[in-house]
Amino acid sequence: MIRRLFIANRGEIAWRILRTAKRLGMTAILGVSEADVESFAARMADEVVLVGGAPSAESYLNIEKVVAAAKGAGADAVHPGYGFLSENAAFGRAVREAGMIFVGPEIASLEAMGDKLMARKAGIAAGLPVVPGGEAADKESARAQAEVTGYPLLIKAVSGGGGRGMKRVDAPAQLDSQIDMAMAEALAAFGDSRIYVERFIGRGRHVEVQVLGDGETAIHLGTRDCSIQRRFQKLVEEAPAFGIPAARHGAITSAAVKFAEHLNYRGAGTVEFLVDATDFSFYFLEMNARIQVEHPVTEAITGVDLIEQQLLVADGQKLTLEQGFVEFDGHAIEVRINAEDFEKDFRPSPGRAVVARWPAGPGIRVDTHIAAGGAVPPYYDSLIGKVIVHGRDRAEAVKKLAAALETLRIEGIATTALLHRKIAADARFVAGGVDTKFFEAFAHG
Amino acid sequence: MSFDLPLTAEDVAEIVAILDKTPYDRLDLRTSRFTLKILRSGEGFTQEISFAEDAPAVAVAAPESEVAAEMGLVIRSPLPGTFYRAPQPGAAAFVEVGSAVEPDTVVAIVETMKLMTSVMAGCSGIVEEIVAENAKMVTADAVLMRVKPA
Repeated sequence: MIRRLFIANRGEIAWRILRTAKRLGMTAILGVSEADVESFAARMADEVVLVGGAPSAESYLNIEKVVAAAKGAGADAVHPGYGFLSENAAFGRAVREAGMIFVGPEIASLEAMGDKLMARKAGIAAGLPVVPGGEAADKESARAQAEVTGYPLLIKAVSGGGGRGMKRVDAPAQLDSQIDMAMAEALAAFGDSRIYVERFIGRGRHVEVQVLGDGETAIHLGTRDCSIQRRFQKLVEEAPAFGIPAARHGAITSAAVKFAEHLNYRGAGTVEFLVDATDFSFYFLEMNARIQVEHPVTEAITGVDLIEQQLLVADGQKLTLEQGFVEFDGHAIEVRINAEDFEKDFRPSPGRAVVARWPAGPGIRVDTHIAAGGAVPPYYDSLIGKVIVHGRDRAEAVKKLAAALETLRIEGIATTALLHRKIAADARFVAGGVDTKFFEAFAHG
Repeated sequence: MSFDLPLTAEDVAEIVAILDKTPYDRLDLRTSRFTLKILRSGEGFTQEISFAEDAPAVAVAAPESEVAAEMGLVIRSPLPGTFYRAPQPGAAAFVEVGSAVEPDTVVAIVETMKLMTSVMAGCSGIVEEIVAENAKMVTADAVLMRVKPA
């Protein structure tokens, strides 16, 4: 039985975890950095422990300090949230070695998803379709692989993320120079120059499946579409993925469950797919072994509290939810409100929100850590809140989103709220089913 | 049950539904930790949480006026963030005291919300003094360096 839960995170997700922990009668202990002593989540927590200095490296990313703070506070479990140490196998191991429960999957699952190539191999082993391509240990094998894969293709960094080390190659003549650049970028950014080659999918959608597993069985809670991205950062997420033929949609969720069962997955996870927007063929990309930023859209359409499910499984219980009991109701959309000036190339805008009026009403949920006068420190991620709307169908959700964003008022810092108002009014978005190129086209008129 | 339990999105939606049926435009709900203000706004409603003991938010004035008042050129931080003199730990600094700079010379980087922003000199001359301390926080418009005009 988890009685004292230590939350090793900050911002809106810390507050999100706190809410469920309190509802379940747990004592919620929050580890904070010096910059977050008076944060929203700290004011709401039952107990607050100082982990370290304001820079993440001295607090939220410091395994030793976080584990010591949790242990010192007498916690019996640690929830890592997303980002920071959430998918760090060494952290999960350290928490367990200190005699506490790590609210996350088995260490082996974290390690299996260690880099993109390992994830790809695990996908193949589980019998899932992956994007045609393969490993390229050096230039010679990259050339050979490119011959097989065909053009246009993508060169990706094995340890990559956020689009760095990724190069598109349209013709054989460009291959050598692009390999050099990709390897150099990958080495500089990730300390690992290894690359692999993949066929380039011209019009792709980012579709992911929420799964829950208890080590023996796994179920899915439907799809999410996160195709609206800027530089590989998600801006808008919806559930379910819109406009995918039912048979394909079913095949995608089945593949995700198959993958989770292949890993004997424990806890909440997200299996990511690239879906060809023209013919709906789909390819496994990777699995995120943690709670996702966009989890509320799934909660909205299923009524399942994903943090509660994580805590139950972490506590050693079997899933009580069965696939047949999961019902899907309507459509949900989430927009991420970031402290960024989108009119100045998304320049960060830390500071103080003098006014923080978030939308309210039926079918509207706001997950935020910004109250009136709330500080947005310059040290961390720019996410200040998420507006989630739920409608009977997508059309109603879109209407609700536009109306909710009309009322949102944040003053004192620049935010992306107005950008989302423009997206909500865009004809392509209103029609639904856009691909990952949407934002680039949208931003350039 | 005390009011310590957080309000859920459903709770807030219910309060809005009740308020919507009344002629009132505003409802304040005070709990042991915070005050929730529901406000009618056009066709919809907003919610705002505040913490009672908070002093009213004051605009933070840039404390650098005494430096700026002096003669000579200064390079300021474009953003609040962490000031770095070199592109990465262990690398050579972008500039040292005595370095010549042009307007587009990169003299430092400032890290804000995981994003690196290059700081350009914005003027021509010789770096006279490096005011900000490496790897420490600087405010927006803080003076980072002083430059002697060429």
